[in-house]
Amino acid sequence: MNIRIHVSLKPGVLDPQGRAVHHALDGLGFAGVEDVRIGRLIELTVADATSDADLEAMCEKLLANTVIENYRIEKVGQ
Amino acid sequence: MSFRAAVVTFPGSNCDRDMAVAVESISGQQPIRVWHGDSALPDRLDFIALPGGFSYGDYLRSGAMAANSPIMREVAAAAGRGVPVLGVCNGFQVLTEAGLLPGALMRNASQHFICRTVDLTVANTDSLFTRGFEAGQRLRIPVAHHDGNYFADEATLDRLEGDGRVALRYVENCNGSRRDIAGVLNASGNVLGMMPHPERAVDAAHGGTDGRALFENVLKALAHA
Repeated sequence: MNIRIHVSLKPGVLDPQGRAVHHALDGLGFAGVEDVRIGRLIELTVADATSDADLEAMCEKLLANTVIENYRIEKVGQ
Repeated sequence: MSFRAAVVTFPGSNCDRDMAVAVESISGQQPIRVWHGDSALPDRLDFIALPGGFSYGDYLRSGAMAANSPIMREVAAAAGRGVPVLGVCNGFQVLTEAGLLPGALMRNASQHFICRTVDLTVANTDSLFTRGFEAGQRLRIPVAHHDGNYFADEATLDRLEGDGRVALRYVENCNGSRRDIAGVLNASGNVLGMMPHPERAVDAAHGGTDGRALFENVLKALAHA
């Protein structure tokens, strides 16, 4: 089973990296970019029997830092 | 006085030797060096230091991998028993990732790596690390980090301040940290995480010795225990 874990900064958490990229897009002349937030995509290949609870636990314990990040679990092709 | 200290080394730690030298110069006793993969800490420890560096190459998030290394289970257990634990820079990041301290250390607001000596004020004078200080006392201690921007939600920050758990603040906020926080304590006051490097300010040749007092405070606290 292929899993994508989408990790993103929580709303309200400053994203200096996103801000710098936003600035760079402005510099390239792309007008109208209102905000840039940078996250992380983690692709997992797991046994089909892997439970949702285990996937959640992986995110909570390691893949995301829930102090600053949200995560979304996507099962690819389902 | 016997002072049994341990300095933990993770793959990518680079201030572990400095930390060991600093502890030895102040306590007169060589700390025991511990490896991240060790499954046990030496017994009867008086002090554990998690040094600065880039453990596991900062993979995933600074401190995230080290927080899950075998030795950290033992460090957490020792902290729970009241053993003083100091995490400096990457060590602070490891302590937050391990859940031993609240909050998180994010990328500096400026996006720049900062390496210079900064002014701090002592915000807590009631922990074993800070009991020798006067409230508001200034310290000059170097910082060297890319991810030192302390973040916690407003409720957590209010609670930390209300409980006197903010140990150190930047006089001039260098990295975007919420409420100028440079160092925080756990609820029992025996775990301190701080971004500035006290081990880099223990010898006149370093350009300053303001870091010594922090280690001396721990020694004094143990002597009185």
